[in-house]
Amino acid sequence: MRSIRAAAVGAVTMSLALAASACGGGSPTGGGSDDSPKTLTYWASNQGASIEVDKKVLQPELDKFEQQTGIEVKLEVVPWSDLLNRILTATTSGQGPDVLNIGNTWSASLQATGALLPWNAGNLDKIGGKDRFVDSALGSTGAQGQDPAAVPLYSMAYALYYNKKMFADAGISKPPATWDELIADGRKLSQDGKWGLGVEGSNPSENIHHAVVFAKQHGADFFTADGKPDFTSDQAVEGVKQFVDLMAKDRIIAPGNAEYAQNQSVSDFAKGRTAMLLWQSASANLKSQGMSEDAYGVAPVPVQSGTPGAGTGVNSMVMGINLAVFKNTDNLDGATKFVKFMTSDAEQKILNEAYSSIPPVKGAQSDQAFNTPANAVLKDTLAGSAVAAPQVADESQFETAVGTAIKELFADAAAGRAVTTDSVKAALEKAQQQMPTK
Amino acid sequence: MTTTVPAETAVRHSSPGTADGPRRRPGRIRRVGLPYLLLLPALLLELLVHLVPMVIGIAMSFKELTQFYIRDWTTAPWNGLDNYRMSVDFNAPVGEALLHSFLVTVAFTLLSVGLCWLIGTAAAIYMQDTFRGRGLLRALFLVPYALPVYTAVITWVFMFQHDNGLVNHVLHDQLGLTDKPSFWLIGDNSFVALLTVSVWKGWPFAFLIVMAGLQNIPKELYEAAALDGAGMWQQLRRITLPSLRPVNQVLVLVLFLWTFNDFNTPYVLFGKTAPEAADLISVHIYQAGFVTWNFGSGSAMSVLLLLFLLVVTGVYLVLTSRGRRTRHV
Amino acid sequence: MSDSPMAPPRSFLWSRRIFLTLLTGFVLVPVYVMVSSSLKPLADVTGRFRWLPSDLTIRPYVDIWSTVPLARYFVNSLIVAGAATLCSVVIAVFAAYAVSRYSFRGKRVFTVTVLSTQMFPGILFLLPLFLLYVNIGNATGIALFGSRGGLILTYLTFSLPFSIWMLIGYFDSVPRDLDEAALVDGCGPLGALFRVVVPAATPGIVAVAVYAFMTAWGEVLFASVMTNDTTRTLAVGLQGYSTLNDVYWNQIMAASLVVSVPVVAGFLLLQRYLVAGLTAGAVK
Repeated sequence: MRSIRAAAVGAVTMSLALAASACGGGSPTGGGSDDSPKTLTYWASNQGASIEVDKKVLQPELDKFEQQTGIEVKLEVVPWSDLLNRILTATTSGQGPDVLNIGNTWSASLQATGALLPWNAGNLDKIGGKDRFVDSALGSTGAQGQDPAAVPLYSMAYALYYNKKMFADAGISKPPATWDELIADGRKLSQDGKWGLGVEGSNPSENIHHAVVFAKQHGADFFTADGKPDFTSDQAVEGVKQFVDLMAKDRIIAPGNAEYAQNQSVSDFAKGRTAMLLWQSASANLKSQGMSEDAYGVAPVPVQSGTPGAGTGVNSMVMGINLAVFKNTDNLDGATKFVKFMTSDAEQKILNEAYSSIPPVKGAQSDQAFNTPANAVLKDTLAGSAVAAPQVADESQFETAVGTAIKELFADAAAGRAVTTDSVKAALEKAQQQMPTK
Repeated sequence: MTTTVPAETAVRHSSPGTADGPRRRPGRIRRVGLPYLLLLPALLLELLVHLVPMVIGIAMSFKELTQFYIRDWTTAPWNGLDNYRMSVDFNAPVGEALLHSFLVTVAFTLLSVGLCWLIGTAAAIYMQDTFRGRGLLRALFLVPYALPVYTAVITWVFMFQHDNGLVNHVLHDQLGLTDKPSFWLIGDNSFVALLTVSVWKGWPFAFLIVMAGLQNIPKELYEAAALDGAGMWQQLRRITLPSLRPVNQVLVLVLFLWTFNDFNTPYVLFGKTAPEAADLISVHIYQAGFVTWNFGSGSAMSVLLLLFLLVVTGVYLVLTSRGRRTRHV
Repeated sequence: MSDSPMAPPRSFLWSRRIFLTLLTGFVLVPVYVMVSSSLKPLADVTGRFRWLPSDLTIRPYVDIWSTVPLARYFVNSLIVAGAATLCSVVIAVFAAYAVSRYSFRGKRVFTVTVLSTQMFPGILFLLPLFLLYVNIGNATGIALFGSRGGLILTYLTFSLPFSIWMLIGYFDSVPRDLDEAALVDGCGPLGALFRVVVPAATPGIVAVAVYAFMTAWGEVLFASVMTNDTTRTLAVGLQGYSTLNDVYWNQIMAASLVVSVPVVAGFLLLQRYLVAGLTAGAVK
């Protein structure tokens, strides 16, 4: 008797709930409108030393935009830890900002949701046309053959930062150009509690950025041409193993780095505890940590042999931030104007200088400010030897699966367990099986 | 529903100790409706925030809700039991990882709840007596619980660091118990780290609840037992612990459910991807849903988890409430 | 039991001494780390751990306010947690009273349903709840997502099930003769509730309120998705101290202390209340 009653009540509840959810759910599927032409909401990613720093950088520029157009931009700088969740919930509910920053590795994944405004020729014309942008940067704005899901805002590349004094003390005259040289130098530098190199072993994204490049240097891609995961090729395994071996076998990375995930390796470098660091556009960070520009040198990331270039000579991913417009914005015109403003030569110069990144806009890139030796290295890398992140819809899953696998491998290395070709292959195999099959 | 309630029952139950008279008859209808009125706010809120979203969540678990469809989940294609099949296929990596995570969570929960209860109860009983500094100590003991989760856990992260943490400083540098500094936030030790933080944060709650429960035990019981010549330990066994039964019944159950579903602690301790040894199911599901953008399989895993907890709770209530019901009759 | 007729045996006293000493150490060490680290210069907290600061500084306490808008987060948390606690306790008192003192059809279904909501993995309804709030917002114009209101509503239901269950237990332990007497004296059922049952169950209510407050105060997941810059709560906001270039451990610790001190102080006040409720004599 009691159970029947309970079932009845349950059924009523369910039907009520279903009714409620049927009314709800979903989002306006239509395109954008111009219902509220006077305001825009902008989600910026955290580029500077802190969120407060970003507000100080961006707000004056937004004020400028308001003066020019009369459109008020409400800025929210979203921490990286929350950004993807916020974008996902915004996508699902249709309740999001008008304009937002996305990491360029997410471009294809977010493009697949259909929530972002495609930058077709017509839209691109409104901001000055495709030709204003550097090619490599445009290559990270969505899947090939589709209209870009975003436009490049800041470009970054990995470089090898080295401590000049520590190099001199160890009798090393020039930065290493190949991994063998790096390991040899690293061994000389790893003594008296100091270490040759620093990594962020527990940060899946960082791991991925390196793994893609290492694999590429061995001639492997993590995805086949038609977008299927292919993590376990011998070359990919070799690449990942070579990366982890820097700690496991070559012992030029402090085991403690295996648990780093909050940029501790940057502060280790700034404090002179490690002599080398592989990082993207680190100048501003190092400066805010009190390391003077004279104290470190910037060199291209090493390659297997020879000099950086295309193919197996790549030595960085194309890193950067793209600017996207939410499709169901209620101020489409204003959003487009804002993108145009942010990618204008003048703004590009101001913003990229503030964040020590490289403008993906040709007109701004030639500016004097981006011709320092450090920036020259980054520019050359971007122009000649950087590889785009896999532009596949499952990129985000890839980052998680493979990034985590490498994190576990570093944990093994740190604990003194052997990292073998088999264990790397097993880890990657597991990662691959976690990828969506459809 | 309300009109069919036998009024007699209501009245009888509302006043078990006194003889019932005609005095209350005029208010009978108000009386019958009153409990429902009292329940209404709670019911509405639970419906809005828990039940309706849960039903939506269950619906999502039957859909292929990946990045291609999240923009409008109602139009995502149904894929029947695929999400479930994938979750419980323990021979494939996804199911295997889920099973592993489940077992880790069970072990973690049992240990954590057991320790929290044990420490909390022991502390409450030891501190029943007044002694110098008791007030201070009691206040101090509540501090871990009073700290916001984030601040408490981040302090432990600070202490568990490999290179610069207090734990390794004490164990390795000062006491020399380990050959080399251990890793606490990655690798196998992460389970110990998680357990430590969870117990540190959780036991004061058990302490608080048991302390309040102890206050409700009539002093006469102890006096009578003392007259019978029962010693301290006997009183503890014969009076204190049995009297705490109703409080314990709820306490252990909720500690179990919270610990099992705890997200904040592992998330702050390890970030979005937990080490395998401490891969609690809440973070695991979070990763399946949010990090890899497959809300369908994330929901399916959540539903499985919910079913498991329902069964455990059901069994637990049947087993424990027998004693309780007889006490009231 | 100070009024216990028998003196506790020696074994009890010794085991107590040992147990409480160990426990105090366990509880205190992280607290000490928090306090001492908050007074250290950054170099001390990013280098090898040391028990004593090389140099005492109050700089972290100055810097915390400019690194993140701590004051705003604090106010947000206070409003959200305070409102959620108040509503949760009031609603739970009503519901628990109904269950404890009345028999009615659906009672068991209600209690079981309420309890079962404790089992929902938060992750299962995070996204649906967000969708629901957005749709309510679109339909009625009441902004629930991104607002404090939505968060208050969410948190209060988080603590509600347990509060109800706990209060049922406490109310059951209040002798029914007491409210019977009040009814005879001419109080209505609500009068009996507020004049007799609630005062007698004060310790339970305080404990439940404390629980509700803590739940809301520390929640991370929902807060990170449902708030924006202006409504962000402390639990999420404090993460701002691990910035892109350094983890300001000393500032994290200083900020943690600043946000914890008022809460801990509140605890001490409530604790006194808790004891006072017990000596009221209603239960004895």
